[in-house]
Amino acid sequence: MLADITLAHYLTVAAILFVFGVFGIFINRKNVITILMSIELILLSVSINLVAFSAYSSDLSGQIFSLFILTVAAAEAAIGLAILVVYFRNRGSISVDDINVMKG
Amino acid sequence: MLSSVFFYLFAGICCLAGLMVVSSRNPVHSVLFLILAFFNAAGLFILLNAEFLAMLLVVVYVGAVAVLFLFVVMMLDINYSELREGFQKYRSLGLLIGAVLLVELFATFFEYSGNVKSLPSPGAVHNTKALGQVIYTDYIYLFQLAGLILLVAMIGAIALTLRKRSGVRKQVIADQNSRTRAETVKLAKVETGAGVKEAS
Repeated sequence: MLADITLAHYLTVAAILFVFGVFGIFINRKNVITILMSIELILLSVSINLVAFSAYSSDLSGQIFSLFILTVAAAEAAIGLAILVVYFRNRGSISVDDINVMKG
Repeated sequence: MLSSVFFYLFAGICCLAGLMVVSSRNPVHSVLFLILAFFNAAGLFILLNAEFLAMLLVVVYVGAVAVLFLFVVMMLDINYSELREGFQKYRSLGLLIGAVLLVELFATFFEYSGNVKSLPSPGAVHNTKALGQVIYTDYIYLFQLAGLILLVAMIGAIALTLRKRSGVRKQVIADQNSRTRAETVKLAKVETGAGVKEAS
């Protein structure tokens, strides 16, 4: 039934999503929220990769690791957005270019 | 046949939504496209017989993470147009690096010829049950560690965003509990027709 959809198809989708995530980090250099969303896209593409490999090689380990990636991504989003809110409270802006207090 | 149609549907919408996430002008639209991408990735997971992860993606990502993003985007009062100044400047560099990365990834996995079978039909054991049988036995320490990471993230987020404000009247429970009857209630013997002279 699924003979015409191969592993390479899923890897292609994941690769395209990954490249869009990297591209998003490049073009939205100032907007931290969009950078965080790009990181979420990259993690989603890695998750798709792991689940595709797990399904096509009949091994559940990939899905377990995908589960852990989901956990870490949720924690990362929570901490990142908390830092963003605190930063906005202190500086009144979220521009990446303004984050240079620690620059030597 | 039908599943390949669904694959192309989910994959196409997922990629388009991913592109719109990074190129949308309004961050609220970005978050909504992120939710669309997550939903279609969940559809792809279902096509791969990973129903549990698909439901987890919808519940955790769409229900918690994306809504958290939406809250933050709407809560912060930011002029988003000036945040997009570097858009034209970095676009050519980003396109170049993205194209190189994509070509490299394609070249890698079209040459990949690992031991990959076709997708097995779902067996007698349900996907969720199979995951549970593995995760509570072989991966129990990693599972506990994942819970610890979530706990640390929760405490960290609360500790970061908690602030003390001045001029806010707060209820002090300890003070309320430490009051005694003697300092709050006063019995007065009131004579008939005389009334109470002193109020306090």
